[in-house]
Amino acid sequence: MADLSINFAGIKAPNPFWLASAPPTNTGYQIMKAFDAGWGGAVWKTLGVPVVNVSSRYGSVNYRDSRMMGFNNIELISDRPLADNLREIEEVKKYFPDHAVIASLMVESRAEWIQIIKDCENAGADGLELNFGCPHGMCERGMGSAVGQEPEVLKTIVGWVMEAANIPVITKLSPNISHITDPGRAAVAGGTDAISLVNTFKSIVGINLDTYAPYPEVDGSGTNGGYCGPAVKPIALNMVKELAQDYITKNTPISGIGGIENWRDVVEYILLGCGSVQVCTAVMHYGFGIVRELESGVLQFMRDKGYNTIEDFRGKALPNVKEWKDLNLKHKVVADINVEKCIGCQLCYAACEDGAHQAIALSGDLNIRIPSIIEENCVGCNLCSLVCPVEECITMVKRDDGTESLTWAERTQRGDVPVTFNDPLAGGIGHHVPTPEDAIKTFKNRKI
Amino acid sequence: MAEYNRPQSSEEFHRNFEQKKPLMNDTEAYYESSRCLFCYDAPCVTACPTGIDIPLFIKQIQTGNLTGSARTIYDSNWFGNACGKVCPTKVLCEGACVYNHQDIKPIEIGRLQNFATIRVIESNKSLYSPGPNNGMKIAIIGAGPAGISCACELRTLGYQVDIFEAKDKPSGLTVHGTAPYKITNKEVLAEMDYLQGQLGFQVYYNTPVSNAEQLRDIEKEYDAIFLGVGLGPTADLGLPGDDKENVIGAVEFVEALRMKEHLVQVPDKVIVLGGGNTAMDAASESCRMGAQEVTLAYRRSKDEMGAYGFEYELAKNAGAKGLFNVQPLEILGNGSVSGVKFIKTQSVNGQLQVIEGSEFTMECDMVIKATGQAKMGNLFALIEGMDLDRSKRIVVNPVTFQSTNPKYFAGGDAVNGGAEVVNGAHDGKAAAKGIHQWINNL
Repeated sequence: MADLSINFAGIKAPNPFWLASAPPTNTGYQIMKAFDAGWGGAVWKTLGVPVVNVSSRYGSVNYRDSRMMGFNNIELISDRPLADNLREIEEVKKYFPDHAVIASLMVESRAEWIQIIKDCENAGADGLELNFGCPHGMCERGMGSAVGQEPEVLKTIVGWVMEAANIPVITKLSPNISHITDPGRAAVAGGTDAISLVNTFKSIVGINLDTYAPYPEVDGSGTNGGYCGPAVKPIALNMVKELAQDYITKNTPISGIGGIENWRDVVEYILLGCGSVQVCTAVMHYGFGIVRELESGVLQFMRDKGYNTIEDFRGKALPNVKEWKDLNLKHKVVADINVEKCIGCQLCYAACEDGAHQAIALSGDLNIRIPSIIEENCVGCNLCSLVCPVEECITMVKRDDGTESLTWAERTQRGDVPVTFNDPLAGGIGHHVPTPEDAIKTFKNRKI
Repeated sequence: MAEYNRPQSSEEFHRNFEQKKPLMNDTEAYYESSRCLFCYDAPCVTACPTGIDIPLFIKQIQTGNLTGSARTIYDSNWFGNACGKVCPTKVLCEGACVYNHQDIKPIEIGRLQNFATIRVIESNKSLYSPGPNNGMKIAIIGAGPAGISCACELRTLGYQVDIFEAKDKPSGLTVHGTAPYKITNKEVLAEMDYLQGQLGFQVYYNTPVSNAEQLRDIEKEYDAIFLGVGLGPTADLGLPGDDKENVIGAVEFVEALRMKEHLVQVPDKVIVLGGGNTAMDAASESCRMGAQEVTLAYRRSKDEMGAYGFEYELAKNAGAKGLFNVQPLEILGNGSVSGVKFIKTQSVNGQLQVIEGSEFTMECDMVIKATGQAKMGNLFALIEGMDLDRSKRIVVNPVTFQSTNPKYFAGGDAVNGGAEVVNGAHDGKAAAKGIHQWINNL
């Protein structure tokens, strides 16, 4: 029987689906509604000295007919009095004692940190999350990402918090940094119980072509926002992997955040080592109800694979995420077009011909639109299979027998790698390249 | 059986002839345009007689460049808006859409095309201007799709253009001969005004060119002549009773409907003779005008009809019934038509044969002949050295549309024997280029 319950760094929750600290967790009302809908935990909208917000706060990136593929905001932390939030934390815990309520915090002085930690503990919070990520507004005042980008400062503040706190502490990292392991290691050095990432990416989602102001527009101007949503997931996944494999941070529990919208996203974060996940944009787009899809999908995955708990598959992808030099150079795949399924759009041809390796041929007959693979030119790059609009039409077929393995690292050790500019060991030696005449056929009379 | 009441007002007429391809709203266009795959060497472009760069104009809609989208369309086809509505897109661009191969609904190219063109027409946004005056004058006979397209193209090249039109409106069969549920008169004429406003060709309406003297004058005054005269009236059947009252040609019937709307009286029982698209239109239109029994009578089998399958479906859905393998022998009636005497036919080794003794009579109050239009042979006979083929169609060079009399160019129905608006639009544009080449010895 698959069991979704977790114990994340000492914080227990009926499932790993948590709401990230953001507008959906602004009030006790919203959080109770979310728990009622099936969410297992919630990180309260960041508490601190209440702010004043601007009107016009969110912007988005659409991809063709998909809305909010990327999303940014210039909203600050909670603008509600602390007392109201604390009272509501108490109320939520009264109705939902088994759900995880985590207070996100952002203050300046040590005294403020100590005071607000006590207040949250007294209100019944199950854990704390330190907001060192917010890349807009608050960072101008020395908080949020201003801390997340300075590992030494981060370590010091985590140290203050760990001294004062009696409940588990999660340090939330900013991704606006070259090496995520720098703040990650600093958080661990400061004694944090867990890490969550990523906070939003500094962003401009677009410019209004009439007013020349960035979105979201505030009276003819704008500012950089924090970017999130499905578009950031790949970058966030890599940062999670960095921490999950780093020898200093790898034993610290990670709560994964960034573009999670469906069960597959959740499973991917868990496979890279996360013990819980946090969701914001998907809820801002579809409401709390999407948790039904997450829960159903993860449970089905667990049943299909025979897992009983989240821990059974947590981190299972990590051994397969290697450095490039350790990949098998003997592995060989080539594209295969299923002529029964092909609709003749020839996107694969255009992509391969102009964008890759000239390994797809047209029939030469306007009435026969199904292209064919020129196998000797195909390097197995996958591009055609990625652009093909038909399900399972272009597949990559394995051509090696799997018996041989040779990596760049091994070849380097043997001295079997190209080292000079025209080295005969070059991987692309002898690759087919069409003639200049083929490239300029519409300019036949061009003089050279 | 009839689903339609007799329209008593223009409003009721338009309700019965509800537009088959209504204008998309912004949201529908946004989602529909996003579905286009942007195929390489796209088959929809190949299928379009005017070769509009369809993936490009759809992408331009998607990216909010509606004016650029309209320009892409008009660059290839001066009847951009009309064609979006009246083209048989199911057998042209939309029929070629690759989505069909996976049983996915093809992109609604025609409606997207209208979405782009209607904006520039309604806002009267100028996309073209006449070329610098080159001092040459071209006469165009017939202001149909071929003639107007030829005029527009010639104006961009700097020619002075005068069009002589027999009727009182431009666009030919687009406004006079298209089923009213495909496009409204207002919409057709708005596009014509839009083009004329930008390019400034002259049209002399109610000016038929029919005698030798007129032709000689035109030949003297102009550097080249384009014939876009289309076809003549519906040909006689050559049957006894052909001249009875309420025996009408399909082309004349449609024209009456489009011009007089609800004022046209269609009686209860109608027989439509023919198996082409015009027959389907006439049958469907009779139903929509409130006729109770509409029979489509065709002398061959259903599968041998020239009409597109979807046009037959449309007529059936409007309430018409098909009657196949019947050949009319005589139109009966005392003054006004009261019935048609048929004989049954069968196909023997591909030859159509009548079945002896199978005569029968079907009652009706009206007969619509959708059996083809006459050619303008009498006019062509007045032009020296202009060859016609066996079907009395003008013989032209397929690229330049120049006839065997070098001063005369021709396109549209007079050359192809009767095709779509889009074919005329293509021919006229191509002929303009042909004229330009010929005059400049290019």
